[in-house]
Amino acid sequence: MSSPTKLITGLACVLALAASAPAEVKVGQPFPSLAGYALEGPLPPLAGQVVLVDFWATWCAPCKASFPAYSELARELAGRGFVLLAVSVDKTRGPYDEFLQRFAPAFPTVRDGAQKLVAEVQVPAMPTSYLIDRHGVLRAVHSGFHGADTVRSLREEIIRLLEEKP
Amino acid sequence: MKRRQLAFFVLAGLTALLAGCSTVHPWERATLADYAMRPDRDPVHNTMMEHIYFSREASSGGRGVGGSGCGCN
Repeated sequence: MSSPTKLITGLACVLALAASAPAEVKVGQPFPSLAGYALEGPLPPLAGQVVLVDFWATWCAPCKASFPAYSELARELAGRGFVLLAVSVDKTRGPYDEFLQRFAPAFPTVRDGAQKLVAEVQVPAMPTSYLIDRHGVLRAVHSGFHGADTVRSLREEIIRLLEEKP
Repeated sequence: MKRRQLAFFVLAGLTALLAGCSTVHPWERATLADYAMRPDRDPVHNTMMEHIYFSREASSGGRGVGGSGCGCN
């Protein structure tokens, strides 16, 4: 291999590595274990539960709209083997605390301050929620929050998963 | 200049240019979503720019305001 060819190949490899990113988690694949990402805040028991992981941020307007609706959903399905876990991607603690004080969600929240989990999952938009079945497999992804439509389809999918045999 | 040197400089330049490209992921848009990034955040500046547009751009009816664009307002 001549020197210019080696140079071109080397530069192409460097650029390819720089451009590479973790693959997006797809429906049917296992969702990453949340315990391995040093999330700030206590994680609720998730084993054997139907889990909705919602990625949000204090600076995201649709996320603000989603919180009251998700609180209502969490209250409605509480005690049936369903956990709604909100994962904030805020890098700083202050706005996160203020937001939680203001909205007082009826579901647990944690903060992915280092943005490792969100980068691993490759969230396509803010907010995005991931519905995971009792075996930890991703079953549905909801990108964005579209008010009553999102809540209606989420409720149907969650109830369907809750009715599946463990 | 030798062809090899020329190829090196061209590739180095291209690499430097491409290294400047970046994708802002959805979870990294906190700064972009800040109020300070809005072009209409200052009402006084906004009103002044509206007036300039209205009176200097010959935009009859521009931005919902009727006018002839004569600059006499």
